[in-house]
Amino acid sequence: MNCLLDAAAIWKRFGTNDVLKGVDLSVTQGECLVVLGPSGSGKSTMLRCLNLLEPIASGSIRFEGQEIAGLPRKQAAALRRRMGMVFQNFELFPHLTALDNIAFGPIRVKNTPIKQARELAGHLLGKVHLPDKAEAYPDELSGGQQQRVAIARALAMEPALMLYDEPTSALDPETVGEVLNVMQELADEGMTTIVVTHELGFARRAADEVVFMDEGQVAHRAPVDAFFHGGAPDRVARFLTRMHG
Amino acid sequence: MGDAERQLGLLIVHASLFQPALLAQYLVSADFFNGGVMTLWLSIAALAVGLVIGLLLAVGQEAPWSPVRMLVWAYIWLFRGTPVLLQLVFAFNVLPAFGVLLPGFACAVLALGLNEGAYMAEIMRSGIRAVGPGQRLAARALGLEDAKVMRWVVLPQALRIVIPPIGNQFIGMLKLSALVSVIGVKELLLVADETASGNFRYIETLTAAGIYYLVLTTVFMAIQSVIERSLRRRRVTSRQATPALEARLEVIR
Repeated sequence: MNCLLDAAAIWKRFGTNDVLKGVDLSVTQGECLVVLGPSGSGKSTMLRCLNLLEPIASGSIRFEGQEIAGLPRKQAAALRRRMGMVFQNFELFPHLTALDNIAFGPIRVKNTPIKQARELAGHLLGKVHLPDKAEAYPDELSGGQQQRVAIARALAMEPALMLYDEPTSALDPETVGEVLNVMQELADEGMTTIVVTHELGFARRAADEVVFMDEGQVAHRAPVDAFFHGGAPDRVARFLTRMHG
Repeated sequence: MGDAERQLGLLIVHASLFQPALLAQYLVSADFFNGGVMTLWLSIAALAVGLVIGLLLAVGQEAPWSPVRMLVWAYIWLFRGTPVLLQLVFAFNVLPAFGVLLPGFACAVLALGLNEGAYMAEIMRSGIRAVGPGQRLAARALGLEDAKVMRWVVLPQALRIVIPPIGNQFIGMLKLSALVSVIGVKELLLVADETASGNFRYIETLTAAGIYYLVLTTVFMAIQSVIERSLRRRRVTSRQATPALEARLEVIR
């Protein structure tokens, strides 16, 4: 098993508030890891620490065999090219078309020639099942379509790892499925994935392992079948019951 | 001009109140036309200087280094805290003492531009602030360094936001430029004043200058509203119109 990312004992403070209290998290090449947990348990913060959008107070993060915690800004920026990130609110660039949103990363970060970047972007639009939306601006797309463009934008950097931060939480119920399908297809193709979500159905279908976070710590971690059917700790069982409503 | 002269001038004006023919003659005269051109150039040049300075200040205000932010703060404090007329006279009368002898036009552009920069900085900053933190985060997540985040994600969006207020500033500048008559730059007001000082026909000369100002401001207000409408139109017409929206548009048409 080839460990792609291995975070150990990461601590994160905002002011005097400890948001992450010694989180251990690792993901192997090709694995799909789903992170569950109540709001405010530190899931989103943890994702942002993994790709160095947020500095950590202490702990270690090894990515592709190298320690990346505490890298200076420039190297941190270079490192982020290897990790795609998808946000709850999509955060597409509103002044660019769908195609140019996707081509943006390669053009501005990798200095890919514009023509080549656009070809890649067109290919990726097909991959997220939006081949006819190249010229649409973000405000002309539904939430589900915007999120799929955002996934394609992250893929355009050819990342080794995809991080999804509650990718369907801001969506209308009817468009959640199309986004989850794309994510699952990518995971099935072998894209290493970490997803913070509340979608238990997605966890069941796509996850290899499930992590349960609570109060800034990893409270439980288990392979997907064991997580849902094995003897999960009380705290997890209560959470799952509540999620099922 | 002494009181006696002004009395005399008023008497003469009273003698033959308003002469439309004289007004028409001023309107088409080379002096007034050149004055109008000077006012226009001055405004454009000062606004351009103001834009560049305002942009630099606004970006500086977002800089992670506090000395830079302090400098920006001091600049805005200084130029917003003193009258622009004082700055203008200062540039014209004090700079030569330091060996900087600029022609009137350059002094005018410098003073108006530096002053404008302070106000433009506030406008640009509000534009920059209007671009949400999530946008920067998304750009950083792609691997962009901070300067590129500003250049390729924040500024393109901020500039769209600040186009309407910049239009207002330009119209303000057209009128503000009248101040430079005090340092002898032959823009509209000085042309009117000098013309009148020869024949005391203040009513025709000042009316002619006023008409020139109105024409300039009207033209630029029209240009501004065209720009604003085209910025808005992209959002509406390029949207894939739903049947309901189509129906509503039909009604409007």
